[in-house]
Amino acid sequence: MATHANVNLPLPVLPEGWSGEKDFKAIGSISAATQRSIEPVGPHFLAHARRARHKRTFSEDDRIQAQENAKKVEDDDSGEISEPEDPSMLLRDAKDWKQQDHYAVLGLSKYRYRATEDQIKRAHRKKVLKHHPDKRAAAGGTEDDSFFKCIQKATEVLLDPIKRRQFDSVDERADVEPPSKKAAKDGKYYKLWSATFKAEGRFSKVQPVPKFGDEKSTKEEVDAFYNFFYNFDSWRSFEYQDEDVPDDNENRDQKRHMERKNNNARKKKKTEDSARLRKLVDDAMAGDARIKQFRQEANASKNKKKLDKEQAERDAKEAKEKEKAKAEQDKKDAEEKAKIERESNKKNKEQAKAAVKKNRRVMKGSVKDANYFVEGEAPASAINAVLADVETIQGKIDADETAELADKLRDLKLAADIKKVWTAEAKRLVDASKIKASDIKTLA
Amino acid sequence: MSAEEAPAQGATPGERIAIGISFGNSNSSIAVTSFDDKAEVIANEDGDRQIPTIISYVDGEEYNGQQAKQQLIRNYKNTVAYFRDYLGQDFKSIDPTHSHFSAHPKEHDSTIAFTIQDKEEGEPSTVTVSEIATRHLRRLKQSASDYTGKQVNSAVITIPTNFSEKQKAALTKAAADAGLEVLQLIHEPIAALLAYDARPESKVADKNVVVADLGGTRSDVAVIASRGGIYTILATAHDYEYAGVQLDKVLQDHFAKDFIKWHGTDPREDQRSMAKLKLESEATKKALSIGTNANFSVESLAEGADYASTINRLRYETIARKVLDGFNRLIEGVVEKAGLDVLEIDEVILSGGTSHTPKIAKNFAAIFPESTTILAPSTTPTAINPSELQARGAALQASLIQEYETEDIDQSTHPAVTTVKHLTNAVGVLSITGDESKGIFTPILSAETAVPARRTIHINVPKEGGDVLVKIVEGGSHIKVTKEEPAETNGNKDDSDEDSDDEPEERREKIWKVGKVLAEASVKDTKKGGKVEVMINVAGDLAVTVTAREVGAKGGVRGTLSAP
Ligand SMILES: Nc1ncnc2c1ncn2[C@@H]1O[C@H](COP(=O)(O)OP(=O)(O)OP(=O)(O)O)[C@@H](O)[C@H]1O
Repeated sequence: MATHANVNLPLPVLPEGWSGEKDFKAIGSISAATQRSIEPVGPHFLAHARRARHKRTFSEDDRIQAQENAKKVEDDDSGEISEPEDPSMLLRDAKDWKQQDHYAVLGLSKYRYRATEDQIKRAHRKKVLKHHPDKRAAAGGTEDDSFFKCIQKATEVLLDPIKRRQFDSVDERADVEPPSKKAAKDGKYYKLWSATFKAEGRFSKVQPVPKFGDEKSTKEEVDAFYNFFYNFDSWRSFEYQDEDVPDDNENRDQKRHMERKNNNARKKKKTEDSARLRKLVDDAMAGDARIKQFRQEANASKNKKKLDKEQAERDAKEAKEKEKAKAEQDKKDAEEKAKIERESNKKNKEQAKAAVKKNRRVMKGSVKDANYFVEGEAPASAINAVLADVETIQGKIDADETAELADKLRDLKLAADIKKVWTAEAKRLVDASKIKASDIKTLA
Repeated sequence: MSAEEAPAQGATPGERIAIGISFGNSNSSIAVTSFDDKAEVIANEDGDRQIPTIISYVDGEEYNGQQAKQQLIRNYKNTVAYFRDYLGQDFKSIDPTHSHFSAHPKEHDSTIAFTIQDKEEGEPSTVTVSEIATRHLRRLKQSASDYTGKQVNSAVITIPTNFSEKQKAALTKAAADAGLEVLQLIHEPIAALLAYDARPESKVADKNVVVADLGGTRSDVAVIASRGGIYTILATAHDYEYAGVQLDKVLQDHFAKDFIKWHGTDPREDQRSMAKLKLESEATKKALSIGTNANFSVESLAEGADYASTINRLRYETIARKVLDGFNRLIEGVVEKAGLDVLEIDEVILSGGTSHTPKIAKNFAAIFPESTTILAPSTTPTAINPSELQARGAALQASLIQEYETEDIDQSTHPAVTTVKHLTNAVGVLSITGDESKGIFTPILSAETAVPARRTIHINVPKEGGDVLVKIVEGGSHIKVTKEEPAETNGNKDDSDEDSDDEPEERREKIWKVGKVLAEASVKDTKKGGKVEVMINVAGDLAVTVTAREVGAKGGVRGTLSAP
């Protein structure tokens, strides 16, 4: 085609680092295709044919092969809708159309409410081909057309969506009877009830309808099923079973009376039908092993919870007691430890005290060794003055400093060295403003 | 057989005078193409373009068309009607319903025949359906010859899509016996589509078309993939329950009941009264397609009583509702059968006489989205007369192939030529981003395109130009349904109770899902505001050639993908 479409939405920018051989990357192949027949009509087809033929000549075999490969568009009418006709049905009178099984008349017994409009039309045509009175007459038969009228009536009802619903509403042949208790016991419980509820589901305004399920269904599924059917919204109605209302204008009262009667009958039947369904659901539920199982499971889980709770309480109590015991033990231990500590502290202190005493002795000894920093016999005043200073300093230093000072003094013999240590110490304390310079008289 | 009919098979292409014929159960029409290849439906000597498919004999004299139709009242036994579908069938498989008020079909020598008094004297003859068809076709051929002034000797004839090989063979023979070489039998919906596509203003495109052929005794619907002028039927439906005669019946019953009220007799119980009722009901029905009111008037309808009444269109549409609804369900069903959604249908062509009914087109317009063109007289002023589509299409096809040797036509229409692969998915390109989950898919080739096929698009580059990525992917269409809460009454509180039906509106839209990635290509250094041309060529074996280049620039990228 020469023409081309224009697209306004822009192409993407080439991603960073994209590369392809000669700017092209083959990634996949086209998904499989369908063989179909194109119509050999129009100028464009002729162009196609010219290209496709290549001066070849196609044979009958080619034809058959090609036709077999092409996807069929036309439906094959044969088969599908065919069931034997009940001879007594053929004798029906169309006047009794209300009692007639429209599906059976058209050969759709096994489809019923499931029959599609297309199937109904095909079925009708099939019956017309067979039963049209003109055909019978032409074939030398009678012109009796009563069954043909039945066919027409059935088609009229089934092709009219409203009439069909009315008929389907009362089409009990589509019902699947609930299983007897015995039948249900033979391991077919789910299968049988499934069929019953599948049939009941046809009346639901809400589609799709949840399935009855089987022993493998989950609790949610089973609950959803029963909830659905306990809240069933049904389109079923019963006007099909109305009594005929007289069609003449003369008997107005009679007519109104009949209409009222019909209306009441419809209502009553509708109520009965709801009750019927409810009972059906009750019955199914009563025998439903899954319900029992879920209940047991629920109970078991309730019991388990209780046990768990008690256990937990026990555990908690135990833990608490353990904790208490432990706390007591800890307390005891701590007390013990404190006592020991206290005792050892006392000893340390005593030792320290002794050390201080000893160190102080060293200190006092040092000034004595230095002869109180005087030549000759030291007068009492000098001794007192020096010792006063020593005591002042001793009073301001702690045990460690005392030990340190004592260490420095211990091995000194010369008065000058001793004095130096003392004046340094005095200076240190004065600098640290622990003592005033004026407090020191001799060791400055 | 007269001398002029002899060379039915023998005419050489040069000697052919070909026409298009639509041959329905109810009506037939003939069309010719003029020198400028325009097709035109021509009138017969009675001035009718819709020629009733009826043959009738009065005192040995043969009548056809409208004149024969009038004979249904007084001479129904020697009048043959609604016989097209009997051709090539055995008695077991025909539906004789519509022939009930004319000559009845009978089984005869494993074929079907009618017993009619077709000669002035003597015993009635048994005339086979094949011979009846021949006589009818001969009349059509004569009308066409009279109109063109040349001896017509060949034709393209339209047939339903479900005609069997036997039916085709029978029709071909009946035509040959009438001195008409059948150049080709073509499907009715395709002829209708061709008639539209051949108009000078229509463009070759890729589109999905529904052709609803609503006739007198049957309704046939086809969904057609139209791809570059190549047509593929995706699905069909054939309905014998809802068609023109059922609409006639609605009016028959309506007026019959009214007549009973006045006169106490049911005109439907007497053959002649019924024939009159039928003819007038059809006339009234047709009048209701044009006007909003129509008369119904019959002299001596039953027991000598005249009857006249009127009906308006609204009333008619009400009483005909069941049949009209049937058409709706039919068309919806076949779209679904084709695996498509109404959103994917581009055109609906209404074809066949019943398609004149305005309400049908209106109903269809409601089923399909606004973007779908409904081609019917009441919805599209330029629509072609639905009764003429098929004959026109047939004439167009006749003019296309009449120069071909018969052998050539045979070979060209051979299944080996017509059976081809069709793409399952659309193939297209991603816009805006190369990320498959975010890029926007634009189809280049649609699904159901017959291969080989080639399509080209022009696509913008980003504003600034530069290097661009051409990513070729497959795409599938999906219908996204979003429930829209009715818009909050924004502002205007006064009219808040207008259309306040609180149903959440369902919005349905067609979206593309990106499938398999087929290829990537880069086009370098594109200019600001430039465009890239992407061409995809799919070969008959599904091998693909992709070319991409900046429009107006030299060179470009080219790559191939192997067949799957
Ligand atoms: N203007 C109109 N309005 C309504 N219906 C019409 C109109 N014109 C024709 N018809 C109806 O169209 C039907 C005939 O359609 P058409 O001419 O397409 O017949 P056909 O193709 O021979 O049909 P078939 O093969 O299905 O019987 C008749 O029922 C006729 O009444």
